[in-house]
Amino acid sequence: MDLKGKPLAAVVSAGLSKFGKRDGFSSRELFSEAVMEAFERCPNLDPKRDVKALIVGSMSESFEHQCHLAPIMSDWVGMLPAPALRVEVACASSGAAIRQGVFAILSGLYDVVIVGGFEKMTHRTTAETTEYLAMASDFPFEQWNGATFPGLFALMATAHMYKYGTTEEQMALVAVKNHHNATLNPKAHMQREITVEQVLSSRIIAKPLKLFDCSLISDGASCAILTSVEVARKYTDSPVYIIGSGHGADTIGLYERDDLTSLKATKMAAKEAYEMAGLSPKDIDIAEVHDCFTIAEIIAYEDLGFCKPGDGGKFIEDGTPNLDGEIPVNTSGGLKAKGHPVGATGVAQLYEIYLQLTGQAGKRQVDGWEIGLTHNLGGSGATCIVHIYSGHKY
Amino acid sequence: MMSEPTPFTVEQFYKFIGERKIMGVKCEKCGKIFVPPRPLCSNCLSTSLKWIPLRGKGRLLTYTMIYVAPERFQHLAPYAFGIIELEEGVRLPGIIQGVKPEDIKLGMILEVDFNLDVPSTWPQWPRYFFRPPQQL
Repeated sequence: MDLKGKPLAAVVSAGLSKFGKRDGFSSRELFSEAVMEAFERCPNLDPKRDVKALIVGSMSESFEHQCHLAPIMSDWVGMLPAPALRVEVACASSGAAIRQGVFAILSGLYDVVIVGGFEKMTHRTTAETTEYLAMASDFPFEQWNGATFPGLFALMATAHMYKYGTTEEQMALVAVKNHHNATLNPKAHMQREITVEQVLSSRIIAKPLKLFDCSLISDGASCAILTSVEVARKYTDSPVYIIGSGHGADTIGLYERDDLTSLKATKMAAKEAYEMAGLSPKDIDIAEVHDCFTIAEIIAYEDLGFCKPGDGGKFIEDGTPNLDGEIPVNTSGGLKAKGHPVGATGVAQLYEIYLQLTGQAGKRQVDGWEIGLTHNLGGSGATCIVHIYSGHKY
Repeated sequence: MMSEPTPFTVEQFYKFIGERKIMGVKCEKCGKIFVPPRPLCSNCLSTSLKWIPLRGKGRLLTYTMIYVAPERFQHLAPYAFGIIELEEGVRLPGIIQGVKPEDIKLGMILEVDFNLDVPSTWPQWPRYFFRPPQQL
């Protein structure tokens, strides 16, 4: 199938639960909250009649002692007997759900599907959460021999600092930027400005990463309604089109990879998505990238081609990814401050791009953007999913 | 006399660790050496493989000091953790002991050592770790 330069599917609506410590709410209720918003935004949709299937992503059954989650979500949003499927590639689970939703539509079998993601995390102790999140890395070699999840990104940070001279101050700037953006996002987990000083003096988690270099443990859910390009205009006058989709894979173990300062999965996913969209990095106006740790955002600038390898630190220092910069990155506040309910993240990134491209981003809206990108990582980079979106008319 | 074939499994890797041996798997077709072991060469898909002993000496590629540790390592925290490239080209992650944090340098030579304590429930694996070469 030649997909180059063609819209693959349309986003006609999207919804997001409030992210944060949502005491007393489980993932099914959070997912319902997200879906209710998506339905409200799309009055022309008759969900019972139109929605043909659900594809959702979440990372771990451990948090809620529950697997077989997909039909639960379908039931809770009144979509049964619509078939429902859950996909799992760690923190990239709902990025993968978007891609599977695109495939389902391109197959011709369905013309309207709900894609989404969720994770309920904050009811667990820090030790439990650390353990469950570490499951996204290699158990027999990394976890068994002392790795933690922040520890793996710290290994990349050390390597990046050593090879390119990247500094802890530059990493801190990523956190400061994303916290600022989150103050403009009422759904963000943490709406509080921070300073470089605060980041640098926060307690060490895994050197050189400190508490404020790490994303948040949050509860939350996200969803989007995808349709075929042909029927999109039945539901909205301003669909956002998905014009590129890429999926890269690499070894589960960070230690098995040749380059510790770059993620091959991101480069592969980006290349596939750019080629499909017929675009290059310079065409991207706005991006939501996977800032699970500040160093991950710096490496993403480089691997997505926004700057040269090694220039990621300078890129943030120059303010290029700021809200008023040339390529605003993580206008939502990112995983860092909007929050990171891991399974919800991929579609939450889509949600932000959808709001921005349709002029619904409120106080953090910047106009004149037409092409958006989402970058969703799984684990320490064994999976990466990239999507490219267009606000153009087709 | 026929001996039992040793499977190319993670379990077998740790059986060797229990014998204070660090072993890799070599593909007899393309020559690639790999850890973790696997029954199929990830490079050329050959199943013609053999276990080979690794010298257990290598250089430090990158490291971190882990302050927030999982329960089973809390007694060591903060501890150094790094990726070591062995002389044979294979890379392994592991805890680094016997060096002061301020003396850890990328590129430094480290040697594998063993901790043979085994838990009572799955996985009943011992552990390896790294330390500076011992002076004689």
